[in-house]
Amino acid sequence: MLALNHLGKTYPNGVRALEGFTLTVAPGEIVAIVGGSGCGKSTLLRAVSGLDRPTTGSVMLDGTAILEPHEKIGIVFQEPRLLPWLNVARNVGFGLEDRPKPERSGRVKAQLDRVGLADKATVWPRELSGGQAQRVAIARAFVTRPEVLLLDEPFSALDAFTRADLQDHLLDVWADSKPTLIIVTHDVDEAIVLADRVIVMRSRPGRLYEEITTDLARPRDRQSAAFDFAKRRVLAALDRSLDRKVTDDGETRTETGAAMWW
Amino acid sequence: MSSVPMSVEAKSARVPGEAVRPRAPVRYVGLRLLIVSIALPAGLAIAWEIAVRAGLSDGRLVPPPSRIWQEFEELARAGELYRHVVATLLRVAFGFALGTAAGTFLGALAGYSSLARRLLDPTLQGLRAVPSIAWIPLFILWLGIFEPSKVALIAVGVFFPVYLGVMAAILSVDRKIVEVGRVFRLSGFAMVRRILLPAVLPAYVVALRAGLGLGWMFVIAAEFMGASEGLGYLLIDGQQLGKPAEIVAAILAFAVLGKLTDALIAIAAAPFLRWEDAFGAQRS
Repeated sequence: MLALNHLGKTYPNGVRALEGFTLTVAPGEIVAIVGGSGCGKSTLLRAVSGLDRPTTGSVMLDGTAILEPHEKIGIVFQEPRLLPWLNVARNVGFGLEDRPKPERSGRVKAQLDRVGLADKATVWPRELSGGQAQRVAIARAFVTRPEVLLLDEPFSALDAFTRADLQDHLLDVWADSKPTLIIVTHDVDEAIVLADRVIVMRSRPGRLYEEITTDLARPRDRQSAAFDFAKRRVLAALDRSLDRKVTDDGETRTETGAAMWW
Repeated sequence: MSSVPMSVEAKSARVPGEAVRPRAPVRYVGLRLLIVSIALPAGLAIAWEIAVRAGLSDGRLVPPPSRIWQEFEELARAGELYRHVVATLLRVAFGFALGTAAGTFLGALAGYSSLARRLLDPTLQGLRAVPSIAWIPLFILWLGIFEPSKVALIAVGVFFPVYLGVMAAILSVDRKIVEVGRVFRLSGFAMVRRILLPAVLPAYVVALRAGLGLGWMFVIAAEFMGASEGLGYLLIDGQQLGKPAEIVAAILAFAVLGKLTDALIAIAAAPFLRWEDAFGAQRS
């Protein structure tokens, strides 16, 4: 169980990037966080990962306070961030250094198989395409079997086809061990394909604005009416969070939608 | 009206076509490069040889290549050349090893820890501003006139480029890569070993080569300050006995040894730098 209690982050220059953010995420749950730029999404993720300390509040994983990077919490960044001097297999095995060699190579091989890059094990990172590199990054995060995996706009640098492909891939790999996933994204489609719950954030100061449950049956059909409906609800919430005037169409749909929902 | 842009187009269309001229096979490219790179010195040497043989100059102060070669042969036959080369090589090797060890350690320390940097760097930068030859009298007083003072001087010369190179390279390592290390809970020595050192390796090799270059410079200074053997001694000996051929022979020996040891570092480092994805990495 991951609990974020009243997380707040004020930068030295006085910017309140995050304020009073409270959220509880169940084991195996997939939560997507969306919001306009500068709403503190990345700040939030960095606080949960332990890379940055929040100024107020706390992050608790199974009752332990997270103050610095923790072995049960993995992270995938927007860029693959592979170590260019290690080949693909050694990049994937980077977090398994303390394990005996047979176990390490076995797990690396299995994980590379899972992301479909078994034939790239001995290749240098520079020889990979953007999508392949990000798959290696995902393998590197999963291979240590984290309880919580944080993803910071992991597919935003990829083209639409590769992105959809990797979303499916992520769910596929996730199903092996079912860690908690928290994924920050700009892409509402992505949020709905992946998440059980979508958190809409609002900026200045960054805070939780609305929570939308999107637990459609999996695998999710991007063309289905239910998908479209969930998407409209998230989009409407996003519009409201940005104080944008909601179009009549969206408003009506949201209201009828809400009526149908509850 | 329309004919003008047409002709421009036709012209620009031809340019790429010209660029696709059939290229020489790869094995000839290397040979051609070699010929081009030695054309100037070889040409000058041959011209001078001809000039001296034609009686245009007696070649007493600037000996022609044949006389320098003769000098080499004489030195080699007596075993002198070997003795001098070994003496100089050993000094450079010890000085380089010491300077590199100290430079790497302190450079890594100053690059990794900002406290160490604040503590060390101002002092070291101050010392760096001292022309290293200025240390000679002090080293002689401290370490005597034999090998230790010479090795110490060379080590000082090697130390600074290595120290600066390692520190600057560590400071410029991509924060994002360091964060990957933090995510996997690396810190201290493990962070240096698994993230920082591999990341700075290309810059480190450059620093080592710069350090070695200075090492070769300082070995001459060290041997000028009183040595009974070594290539620097040959230089002084040639000057005192008025033998320019000996001086030029020693200079050539320096050039060859400097180039060889530099190439040795480059070759030794190459297998560790195959991963490089940079402008210079894909060409050799």
